[in-house]
Amino acid sequence: MQNEILKQTVSVLVDNEPGVLARVIGLISGRGYNIDSLTVAEVDAEKHISRITIVTPGSEETVNKLIAQLEKLIPVSRAVNVTFEKKGIEREMALVKILATGEKRVESMRLSEVFRAKIIDTTHDSFVFELNGSPRKIDAFIDLMKPLGLSEVSRTGVVAIARGTEKM
Amino acid sequence: MVNIQLTGAEMVLKAFEDHGVDTIFGYPGGAVLPIYDELAKSSSSTNNNAVRHFLVRHEQGASHAAEGYARSTGKVGVLLVTSGPGVTNAVTGLTDALMDSIPLVCISGQVPSHLIGTDAFQECDSVGITRPCTKHNWLVKDINDLSRILHEAFYVAANGRPGPVLVDIPKDIQFQTGTYIGPETIKHKSYRPKLKANIDTIDEALQLIANAEKPIFYTGGGVINSGNAAVQLLREFVRLTDFPITSTLQGLGAFPGDDAQFLGMLGMHGTYEANMAMNQCDVMINIGARFDDRITGKVDEFSPNSKKIHVDIDPSSINKTVNVDIPILGDVAHVLEDAIKLWKTKVYKTNKSAVKEWWKIIENWKKVDSLKFTQDKKTIKPQYAIQRLYELTKDLDTYVTTEVGQHQMWAAQHYKFKKPNRWITSGGLGTMGFGFPAAIGVQVAHPEKLVIDIAGEASILMCIQEMSTAIQHKLPVKIFIINNQYMGMVRQWQELLHDKRYSHSYTESLPDFVKLADAYGAKGIRVEKPEELDKGIKEMINYDGPVIFDCVVDQNENVYPMIPSGKSHSEMLLGDESEKTEISDEGKNLI
Repeated sequence: MQNEILKQTVSVLVDNEPGVLARVIGLISGRGYNIDSLTVAEVDAEKHISRITIVTPGSEETVNKLIAQLEKLIPVSRAVNVTFEKKGIEREMALVKILATGEKRVESMRLSEVFRAKIIDTTHDSFVFELNGSPRKIDAFIDLMKPLGLSEVSRTGVVAIARGTEKM
Repeated sequence: MVNIQLTGAEMVLKAFEDHGVDTIFGYPGGAVLPIYDELAKSSSSTNNNAVRHFLVRHEQGASHAAEGYARSTGKVGVLLVTSGPGVTNAVTGLTDALMDSIPLVCISGQVPSHLIGTDAFQECDSVGITRPCTKHNWLVKDINDLSRILHEAFYVAANGRPGPVLVDIPKDIQFQTGTYIGPETIKHKSYRPKLKANIDTIDEALQLIANAEKPIFYTGGGVINSGNAAVQLLREFVRLTDFPITSTLQGLGAFPGDDAQFLGMLGMHGTYEANMAMNQCDVMINIGARFDDRITGKVDEFSPNSKKIHVDIDPSSINKTVNVDIPILGDVAHVLEDAIKLWKTKVYKTNKSAVKEWWKIIENWKKVDSLKFTQDKKTIKPQYAIQRLYELTKDLDTYVTTEVGQHQMWAAQHYKFKKPNRWITSGGLGTMGFGFPAAIGVQVAHPEKLVIDIAGEASILMCIQEMSTAIQHKLPVKIFIINNQYMGMVRQWQELLHDKRYSHSYTESLPDFVKLADAYGAKGIRVEKPEELDKGIKEMINYDGPVIFDCVVDQNENVYPMIPSGKSHSEMLLGDESEKTEISDEGKNLI
């Protein structure tokens, strides 16, 4: 189990200073890791702390090594594995554009209700859906939309947080 | 202290003063002129705290000289370079310092703020280029951040696992005036390396040590970096246990090289007894070493039956390549101090009879005499040259630097260091051209001492321009060239792995080193016969000034013992002619 290759989600708290994102992604590529998704935003405006969420494929062991390397960076105060299977909650948002008319158009709208997606833009020939949820849910929605005229997708990438009382 | 108004350039010098920097290495250029101007003003005044600036001939030389200064003193080495090529030339030395954990502060000039990003003359993205080869770096965008950043730079370079840092200062910031805040009021926001380890973990390790039957200490550069207290504590602890000890290349000198408990260096070109003891031990006590690939050989077969204790200040070193049983996160001196106290208060005892048996096995391995060589009457064997150099300089508290290659390994094997910081070599990065500028930095720090760069004829040509620096600043550095007219280590690998196809490893058109020395105003000595060696070395030692000693040696000698690529410690080559080895394709892939 330790060596199984899975998608691992790592949350990193960093001082929000120029170049910090370049340091983090430079380290990841420099040490031979891959990035599936990356999100970053300031989470504490007073202390200037940003939170970076990285999804990377790897075994738990290799990701633990990555975490040790990340924590070595001077502006990184903490890095934690918050993978969904372990103890984390993961969410993502997607904007999905469908080009469809007739029955396909109706079907896409019906499915969007099942997924609780919001329609945020529409023309006679198109929809833009806004969808929140786990990455798996978004994957499933996109798969279902493919035969119905899927035109374009924009995803935020994963944000994650630990369950329960645990704090980073 | 009161906050004072200074220009950016003045702040740099003030920060040097506040951090006890009296020596810097550098090369001027357009983007650092304001700082150089301050240097001129400060040295022309009757300021006793004036910084001594040593002008090098290439910024790579400045970076290695600063390393030599830092490695031989334990202090932070400082260099000052200009923008663009000034920075890119310093990159090799910064990377070298990062790999070997050497504290450096590099101050670089940058084009003025409004020109950044416009491909201005001598502009480069200095923080971008040096991001992966520094521990941390800063681009100063506001004069009022400068003093804080300078103090942080010295703090980050020297604390935790030491390393190089770079502060990039645009020229307009150097001219601007702002508030200088003293170092005592500045604390880094988040960086607090942990020095003291968990005492229960130390106790767990001590219990393992007390019960060990075949123990070994495996120590590294972390002991030297931790400082003289760490060295003394290590010696005390090793004597307390009567265990054998081996060291990595970077750790040589932490334990006396001529001591009976010391098995010599381990690893790819380590002694037979050191590597066999690592292979067969039941408890390994790693103090300040990092399981480098030159040490482990084939990782899967590295010390298969041992419990491993690992003391390291860097959490990312723990379980990086070798999984350990007891990781101890902390500074070597702090950990050893606690360990010795606890050992005494809990009255732990080693398993004396088992350790005695272990020593008997080790003594048998020693009989293999893995560093042996045969010196004939005709040509000088390189090992013999180093041995004679050692014998004639060992009582002079000599500092030795090296370049990279066969000569470096022979020096590590045959020159025995009694004290720390006397052995200055590029281990992690393996930088040819390191030794001579490093020796200049060492000589600057220790003007009265004998400083020798043991070199190869190929390596020395990579930074030979620094002879001009040595002459200018009257630094009597000695270059001892083991001249076999080959990039010896390349040739050795080609012999072993590529059917003796010596592709481009022969150094043709070498200069006449005696004339070269003469051209610079140094002394040249050339020795070709074994019987002339001692006389030549003495002449070199006694000459008051830089010397290039061209020691012409046997061209075919290889460094043994050797753990070939992809093999384990128990599969060492000892250099006997009868020995044939098959290197697997997997092994050939390795370096």
